[in-house]
Amino acid sequence: MEFIIISLVKAALVAFVLLTLAAYLVWIERKVLAHIQLRVGPYRVGPHGLLQPLSDLIKLLTKEGVMPASVNKFYYLLAPFIAVALALVSISVIPFGNEIEIFGIRTWMQLTDVNIGLLVILAISSVSVYGIALGGWASNNKYALLGGLRSAAQMISYELPMSLAIVSPLLIANTLSLREVAQAQSGFIFGFIPNWFVFQGPVPQILSFLIFLIAGFAETNRVPFDLPEAENELVAGFHTEYSSTCFAAFFTAEYINMVTISALATHLFLGGWNPAFPEPVAGLVPVLLFFGLGLVLLYHATQTVKTRTWDKYSFPVVGLIACGIGSIFLTPFLPLPDALAKIAQAIGPLFWFAAKTGAILFLFIWVRGTLPRFRFDQLMRFTWLFLFPLAIFNLMLTGLAVALWK
Amino acid sequence: MDAILFLLFATLAVGCGINLVVQTHPISSALSLVGVMGSLAVLYLLLGAEFMAAAQMIVYAGAIMVLFVFVIMLLNAGAETRKARSKLALPLGAAGLFALLAILIFSVQALLPRTDPVRFGAFTGGTAKAIGQKLFTEYLLPFEVTSVLILIAILGAVVLARKEI
Amino acid sequence: MPSAVPLSWYLILSAILFCLGIAGFIFRRNIITVFMSIELMLNAVNLSFIAFSYQLRQVDGHIFSFFVMVVAAAEAAVGLAIILTVFKNRATLAIDDVSSMNN
Repeated sequence: MEFIIISLVKAALVAFVLLTLAAYLVWIERKVLAHIQLRVGPYRVGPHGLLQPLSDLIKLLTKEGVMPASVNKFYYLLAPFIAVALALVSISVIPFGNEIEIFGIRTWMQLTDVNIGLLVILAISSVSVYGIALGGWASNNKYALLGGLRSAAQMISYELPMSLAIVSPLLIANTLSLREVAQAQSGFIFGFIPNWFVFQGPVPQILSFLIFLIAGFAETNRVPFDLPEAENELVAGFHTEYSSTCFAAFFTAEYINMVTISALATHLFLGGWNPAFPEPVAGLVPVLLFFGLGLVLLYHATQTVKTRTWDKYSFPVVGLIACGIGSIFLTPFLPLPDALAKIAQAIGPLFWFAAKTGAILFLFIWVRGTLPRFRFDQLMRFTWLFLFPLAIFNLMLTGLAVALWK
Repeated sequence: MDAILFLLFATLAVGCGINLVVQTHPISSALSLVGVMGSLAVLYLLLGAEFMAAAQMIVYAGAIMVLFVFVIMLLNAGAETRKARSKLALPLGAAGLFALLAILIFSVQALLPRTDPVRFGAFTGGTAKAIGQKLFTEYLLPFEVTSVLILIAILGAVVLARKEI
Repeated sequence: MPSAVPLSWYLILSAILFCLGIAGFIFRRNIITVFMSIELMLNAVNLSFIAFSYQLRQVDGHIFSFFVMVVAAAEAAVGLAIILTVFKNRATLAIDDVSSMNN
């Protein structure tokens, strides 16, 4: 009974955080893209457009859902449901941090740990192509159909190098459970290089990390591999005929998939929740980071430009909030009652996990602002003639090294 | 719990299987087959075959069926048109099938010794490790032969799909 | 209601699915659907392999169904290529129309 309640609470928490994150990822993406292109991005709704996701949500949910007359109704409505449901399921086997104890209940910061965790994620990601392909087919529109076809071909092709890239770190870790994979990367080489799989011997997994990232971009249909929704060739690709809530479902699914891929890359190659520095420094890094941000903002608050009226208020407020977050990370150093101290120990791993995942998410957005789109034949040639052989080479190298030295 | 899960997913599998046979549009049939495969994967989990459950989803539902759906979408296959055929075919075929099914069920009931009910967790040998160890020791030759088979299949597919045939 | 079902129920389910596969194979007239019926039969056989494997507490049944899966993948690749070629040459997917070997 206790198990069911804990699981329900955790599931509700994870779903809430994930959906909010997906909404704010859209805001972050628009802001970052805008600054890359020397614009300011969303600025009207709330300070610095911070309430933009909320207004987008209201707009998407209250708009009329137009269903074209010639669509196949059942599959047209099923497709976005499949997409968003599968995207939400795959986060359930990903751990976010160490074991924690809250008011006497010991639990892992993870929904469930299965001993075939990585295979579950691979299975779900390979099935999730149905959402897009089906949506494109059921729309009964040539652009949507082309988008669905491209997506099916692309996702089957990039699944191969992605699986092969995953296998190499698994050979070193010798397990399929993500929790044990992360635990295998704790500690430091020579006392200062973190023992992550990108650095760890016998073969540093830099190649497979890059292959995994590239294939991850393709699996989530992101630039430069966003051919299923290439707007200057296919109108809007597979979701041309979708509007309102159904469109929002596809959109959410794409961003949740991005989060999953980033979290997976963090666990497989960047050491999961393990800190990047040895212990006393690791605890101080988030404190310095947030206090530094707060101080910079407070300094800028004193010399705002006259034309940007919001800055006078938003800079000091955000600066104070950053200082507040920084002081939360000070709690492990303070003498606290036992129950609180145990909770305080949980935020360090959570910070490192979030920081690494956030860095990869930023990379996703950065690449979108930088690289042009591939042509479809280039896309296929790239994976079959370059990525796939490279992944096999890396796997054989790792296998040989593990057999000889481990 | 085991019985509820079995009944739920067995019903789902049979329902999807019937849907595969009666639907006239190939895409409906393909998605029903995906449903059958998904329910079978859950049943594999109940039988302690965790690796096979994952492989079922990755290989069957995620690769083979996506290929089917891809081809159906590519050829823009429409609903099947019924042709005039012998009126006797359907009842005779159905009767034959039911007879076969009855024989199969009877032989299962008659020949199978009394067994303990299936409980989740009673057999935990279906891990990736156990299967890998068997594959690379006892079944090494068949494993290598299947890899040659896959190679031949790839070559065959490439040759067949070329433009000039 | 019993809390667990006997092994024979799994085998009966496998038999039912196998018969459904035969029904699809015989009654349907679309090449792709016929092909999918074959896959359904292979799946039914896999289920009984894994059920027997559970009963004998041996992993060998899993390996058999693993091989079945690999062969099914190879078969799907070649079979779909054949279907594509047939469609290219005759512009039809109906089995009845592909009958140049008849009489």
